[in-house]
Amino acid sequence: METWAVASICVLLGLTARWTVSLNSYSGASKAPMFGDYEAQRHWQEVTFNLPVRQWYFNTTDNDLKYWGLDYPPLTAFHSLLCAHIANLINPDWIELHKSRGYESPAHKFFMRATVIFADVLIYIPAVVVYCLYLAQGSSKTKSSALLCILLYPGLILIDNGHFQYNSVSLGLALWGVLGLGCGHDLLGSLAFTLALSYKQMELYHALPFFWYLLGKCGKLGLTGKGLILLVKISLTVLVSFALCWLPFLFDPQQTLQVIHRLFPMARGLFEDKVANVWCSLNILVKIKTLLSVDTQIYLSFGTTLLAVLPSSIKLLMKPTFWQFRLALMNSSLAFFLFSFQVHEKSILLAALPACLLLNELPLMSVWFLHTSTFSMLPLLLKDNLFQPYIITSLGFIVFSLYLFSAVDRSSVDDLRLGPCCRLTGTNFLWFSFSTVVKLQFALSVLTMAGLSFMSAALEPPAKLPDLFPVLVSACACVHFLGFLLYFNLVQLTESPRSDKKKIN
Amino acid sequence: MAAPRDGTLSWFLALTLGVSLIKFLLIKAYHSTDFEVHRNWLAITHSLPVSKWYFEETSEWTLDYPPFFAWFEYGLSHIAKYFDEEMLVVQNLTYASPATILFQRLSVIFTDLVFVYAVCFSSCVKYRVCFVTMLSLKAYFVPSFVLAVLLLWNFGLLIVDHIHFQYNGFLFGVFLLSVARHFQGRHLEGAFLFAVLLNLKHIYLYIAPAYGIYLLRSFCLIQDNSDGSLKWRNFSFIRLAALGIIVCSVFALSFGPFLALDQLPQVLSRLFPFKRGLCHAYWAPNFWALYNAADKALSVLGIKLKLLDVAKLPKASMTGGLVQEFQHSVLPSVSPLITLICTLISVSPALFSIWHRPCGARGFLRCCVICALGSFLFGWHVHEKAILMAILPLSILAVESKDDAGVFLILATTGHLSLFPLLFTTPEFPIKILLMLLFTLYSFTSLKRLFRPECCLINTVESVYLSGLIPLEIFCELIYPLTSWQQTFPFIPLLLTSVYCAFGIIYSFFRLYGILLRGPRYTTKRKSH
Repeated sequence: METWAVASICVLLGLTARWTVSLNSYSGASKAPMFGDYEAQRHWQEVTFNLPVRQWYFNTTDNDLKYWGLDYPPLTAFHSLLCAHIANLINPDWIELHKSRGYESPAHKFFMRATVIFADVLIYIPAVVVYCLYLAQGSSKTKSSALLCILLYPGLILIDNGHFQYNSVSLGLALWGVLGLGCGHDLLGSLAFTLALSYKQMELYHALPFFWYLLGKCGKLGLTGKGLILLVKISLTVLVSFALCWLPFLFDPQQTLQVIHRLFPMARGLFEDKVANVWCSLNILVKIKTLLSVDTQIYLSFGTTLLAVLPSSIKLLMKPTFWQFRLALMNSSLAFFLFSFQVHEKSILLAALPACLLLNELPLMSVWFLHTSTFSMLPLLLKDNLFQPYIITSLGFIVFSLYLFSAVDRSSVDDLRLGPCCRLTGTNFLWFSFSTVVKLQFALSVLTMAGLSFMSAALEPPAKLPDLFPVLVSACACVHFLGFLLYFNLVQLTESPRSDKKKIN
Repeated sequence: MAAPRDGTLSWFLALTLGVSLIKFLLIKAYHSTDFEVHRNWLAITHSLPVSKWYFEETSEWTLDYPPFFAWFEYGLSHIAKYFDEEMLVVQNLTYASPATILFQRLSVIFTDLVFVYAVCFSSCVKYRVCFVTMLSLKAYFVPSFVLAVLLLWNFGLLIVDHIHFQYNGFLFGVFLLSVARHFQGRHLEGAFLFAVLLNLKHIYLYIAPAYGIYLLRSFCLIQDNSDGSLKWRNFSFIRLAALGIIVCSVFALSFGPFLALDQLPQVLSRLFPFKRGLCHAYWAPNFWALYNAADKALSVLGIKLKLLDVAKLPKASMTGGLVQEFQHSVLPSVSPLITLICTLISVSPALFSIWHRPCGARGFLRCCVICALGSFLFGWHVHEKAILMAILPLSILAVESKDDAGVFLILATTGHLSLFPLLFTTPEFPIKILLMLLFTLYSFTSLKRLFRPECCLINTVESVYLSGLIPLEIFCELIYPLTSWQQTFPFIPLLLTSVYCAFGIIYSFFRLYGILLRGPRYTTKRKSH
């Protein structure tokens, strides 16, 4: 069958999954007085449409920042404004100042869901298609398999089209950035990434690899000649596009400071709810959140994050190849998720994006990671009544990705790219036993996650421990993530120059 | 999707799992009044004695399927009570608790396994049994993959069963199994399954003539003369008796209890409600839709030209499409008898053809499709869903011959589009568009690839007609509701859809006849990928 037909069928399947999931409930549905992320997005439309730009980020009589105040960068605000204008054309009640709080109706739900799908179709899906068809390596079958699996990744579908957010916009822009760098269009790539960063500050998780990759590339060209010119060009692109996005807030330093203050709310503590990162899991054993002062917490998380990203950053700077870049994206975003300050459970999606990009090369580990990442958001999904679509999409994803990539059979030392590591350390696995151990571990982990999922949904926790299941879920996911961080770092750091050539060809 | 090339059934399981997951995701979608119809039947069969099943009329949705289906609901109701007892109370009209919805949806998804089994049987086993000589082992795999997708992922079945709510998948499963038995030469089993099917849903009477003629000709007549003419001496009365005993005992089992209770007239009056109008509220895209449209056009023209007096016209005719009883103002009115005669005339050439020149099971299957289409085009009070009875069997023929593939593309696309008005709610609009695109894109590209050496499957006029469906759909669903006519003439989009689709379906009917009378050209050499 022609490639375009297969690709369109994959896209249509992805869209069908998205829309059928969006028939389900959303975050905070009819849960007055605070509702949820759905109401937050609607409220931002209300605020941006009715108030002048300089009031958007300030607490005024018309803008109560305690009620879902705007805490994303300007591009999100502009996006809300655009949606608000369309909403105003259809039904002005949806965004009327003050009166529209908590507005819910089937027609409005349809509108909001449609805006998400529209952003998907416009930004995220084309980026995935271009990546899979033009940048990914392998036969046309593996390419279309990767396309289907990335588009069916349940985490993003459940959060964007179920819970309700616009992650596909920022992730899509970041992916366009990756594509730009991968195709050699460094300026376009950095432009796209700057836009991503101006849409959602969490994209900082991806910023370091972009920086080191471009710097390393300039270095390779010679920092006194061509490289310098490229560096200047890139910095100018970044600065100008940043300036354009932030234009309305740049004239008044007070405005700029207020926006930045809103974006990085240091007072909210080391973590909220149950997150599958190190601090939340440590908190079960040692109550660090109450023991340490906020300042110490910030320094601690800052220091550990930096330490965790450092090795992969240095390696990338020394060896700026596209393969290294993708691995560094994975390591950096995972390190940020595990160690940084004020992490949300949804931030794992930032690590899921690079994992999707590694599907072709490391199918088993990527599928495993992606599945774990969906699982780590289970408590949130349960709160939103999304258990049913969670089970269905996860089942579909894991079965189809394992089937299409024959991932389970590709679990030898070389398939996992651990060969150089073994040679370095002198470990001598028997090939047979190694892949059996990996398969067993994988089966055990998937079964554990399935068991925990059903227990969280079906069983009542004991009265003494009301948070038992969310804690178990996030601790289990955290252990997995630590393992993945170690694994992906090993793959990245031990990659030798010789095997690199093979991969590039 | 790219077809995997191994001989195992893993690809089939993957296809099944994929479509089943979509079905699970559709649990939350809109369901029509048919949902309440089936809930009411669950309640009736569960809480009332058999003698009252066909008399109960608390709900307007009385039991109007044959007894075996009632027993099927009776069986389901015994599982339903573990989900929610309340749904089994006859007085709880329009009861739809989450547990009820979950149970009903799951019952459709799980009884669909019969269909899955039948598809597996007809797309895999059938090829191994019959066509191994015709196709090399490597090549037979690709058509069976395509066939499995065309059947399992059928757009019509997905939206009618899993959104609108009916049990067609399970019934088609029984039908396909019966057809597969005939392909294998196990005619008695095939006849038994068809008799059971008739007692599950009597709409399959549409294709009963094809079964009757085929069984008489190919089963009861043991051997032909060498020159192909009939030889009545070879008529096997033992086989006829065996057939008769099997069919009659199935019917006796089904209707016997009601005969004993002296309720047969009541049961039959429920099964064949001729009090309903010629056309359903939404006109199925058949001959009568064109007839009605012509009548309406003539009456409007007559009023414009002052040939007709507005006061003398029947009142309902100007709001037509919304009322059940449509009165013709210019053309003569149509009675059930006339539709019956028209139907019989339309299918009789096909029946004669398979009597005089039986083309084996394939000829029989083509005759089934023609019977289904003939009854669809000329029958009394036909539902638009009945088009699936022609589309599904035709998929089996479509993967084997180029001519059938061409007809299939036209019939499936127009027939499926004519199902669109079934789903009129906004949230389901993207679903029907996406699923339709998915199925149409797949059927076009895969069938084209299957017959690639022989270039195009449909000619220019046909492709222009089919592309016309896109602007039609855009106009009807997106542009028309924004105009002011939506208030005064809300039926125009439905009318346009059914008239436009009627042309395509009537055309495919004639093309199928052409293939039947001329004999299909089978491709012996097929590319393996």
